Amino acid sequence: MTGPAGTVGPVGSAVAAARVRGLTRDFDGRRVLKGLDLDIAPGEFVAMLGVSGTGKSTLLRAVAGLDREVTGDIEVPGPVAVAFQEPRLLPWRRLLANVALGLRVPDAEAEALRALAEVGLTDRAGAWPLTLSGGEAQRASLARALVREPSLLLLDEPFSALDALTRIAMHRLVLRLWERHRPAVLLVTHDVDEALVLADRVLVLAGGRLAFSGPVDVPRPRDRDHPALIELRHELLRQLGVTKEGR
Amino acid sequence: MPEITDSTLVAPAATAHAAPIQPGAPAPATAPAVGVHAAAPGRPGRRRLAGRGWYRLITPVAVVLGWQLVSSAGLVPAQKLPPPTTVWHTAVSLVTTNSPAYGTLQGAMLVSLQRMAIGFAFGAVAAIALALVAGLSRLGENAVDPLLQILRTLPLFGLIPVFIVWFGIGELPKIILIALGTAIPLYLNTFAGIRSVDARLVEAGRSLRLRRSELIRHVILPGALPQALTGLRQSLGVAWLALVVAEQVNANAGIGFIISQATQFLRNDVILVALAVYAVLGLLTDALVRLLERRALAWRRGILA
Repeated sequence: MTGPAGTVGPVGSAVAAARVRGLTRDFDGRRVLKGLDLDIAPGEFVAMLGVSGTGKSTLLRAVAGLDREVTGDIEVPGPVAVAFQEPRLLPWRRLLANVALGLRVPDAEAEALRALAEVGLTDRAGAWPLTLSGGEAQRASLARALVREPSLLLLDEPFSALDALTRIAMHRLVLRLWERHRPAVLLVTHDVDEALVLADRVLVLAGGRLAFSGPVDVPRPRDRDHPALIELRHELLRQLGVTKEGR
Repeated sequence: MPEITDSTLVAPAATAHAAPIQPGAPAPATAPAVGVHAAAPGRPGRRRLAGRGWYRLITPVAVVLGWQLVSSAGLVPAQKLPPPTTVWHTAVSLVTTNSPAYGTLQGAMLVSLQRMAIGFAFGAVAAIALALVAGLSRLGENAVDPLLQILRTLPLFGLIPVFIVWFGIGELPKIILIALGTAIPLYLNTFAGIRSVDARLVEAGRSLRLRRSELIRHVILPGALPQALTGLRQSLGVAWLALVVAEQVNANAGIGFIISQATQFLRNDVILVALAVYAVLGLLTDALVRLLERRALAWRRGILA
């Protein structure tokens, strides 16, 4: 099932949740990723920023083992789960069945129900996905990812389609779930504030490589107006080519 | 003489059944959108229809009354167009008496239904199997799809003379004709349905580490079902039409046999009864598919609610 790049195994660095070396990807002759290196430590929450079209989602799909055309080395020793920008629930399966889908444990339904409880959707377990609100569907998508107990959780702009209030609630939920389950997280986003509120470390993807990597040394829950965050926000915006003078 | 009345009467029923074949075949992309409305009539729509139902009956009833009046007044010879009362009495006597010329209506109905069921079953199984082969692999598509595209362009009823040479005038050519009529729209729609399954859902399935068989069962087949069901309804329409035509060829039993007997005896009342039976059978199978759609596509009710 795994593509040539999705080599899974404890080769070398068994300590990392993900280890990427020399990742390259071309689309119709255009090189999007140019020998990218990336390490994610176990339990580390990493946010990756980048302007549209820089290959953030391409990188995420490659790490998820969903892209067979990439070249380079990807080592992900443990189980991986993905939550996409759109919830991608199967509309013809009820919520519980969606969360339990492909779950290979003795009592998959009970596990799925427990995961739904964690995201506050116990009473919607029997609902059709098309009857859910955007926030509910995205929570279900998170439950479907987390029930697999991944050591690496990949989040592909999962909050970008939500309204501002729902998004704040989702940020809190994700942090709570992360603190409980402690997977390594790679969050792809174009929202600088989201990255600053959530992540241990922020990356900027530009020109097919990591152009910036810096820790966010502020205890959670974080205040957006914390001086360290303001400073980091300036730096990130500059990295992304958006400066105060430019606006 | 009777042929003229015959064909004019067949025409509206035939087009009603045959019409959907064309849009489904060349432009499958538009079919699902149509299916959404046809597949799951929402509650508000149904209630509105039920409340308005009685006055939708006004024109049909008026036409039947006018027909009766015209016949009773002697404006049209009863042999060309028998009045509704005569047609009704003929229907009753065809059911209650086993005449040497026609047998019983219900007996003929069973024979026709059986033909239809066998042909339809063979056609449907073949269509779904071929659609799976073509839909799930490039190799399969290259092997199967060109052949079926060629078959699609062949005029179905133009094959009858060839079938008679090959298979004689017994049951076999009739069943093959019905099976072919069933298979083509069902294949085209199921194949298009499989190919139009949302790639993002397939990717999500792969990210959940589904095996290929699970991916097919949980993602691809349910995703293709709405359009496959649209194809099923088109297939049923064509299959009934194929039955009617096949039974004209040389039937010694069935509704078609009653019609050919009645043509010889210049009994247009009997022909009208037989045509009504075809119509009722067609309506019944259509209702059956609607019921199936409502159950199988229950998840879509959310869209309309």
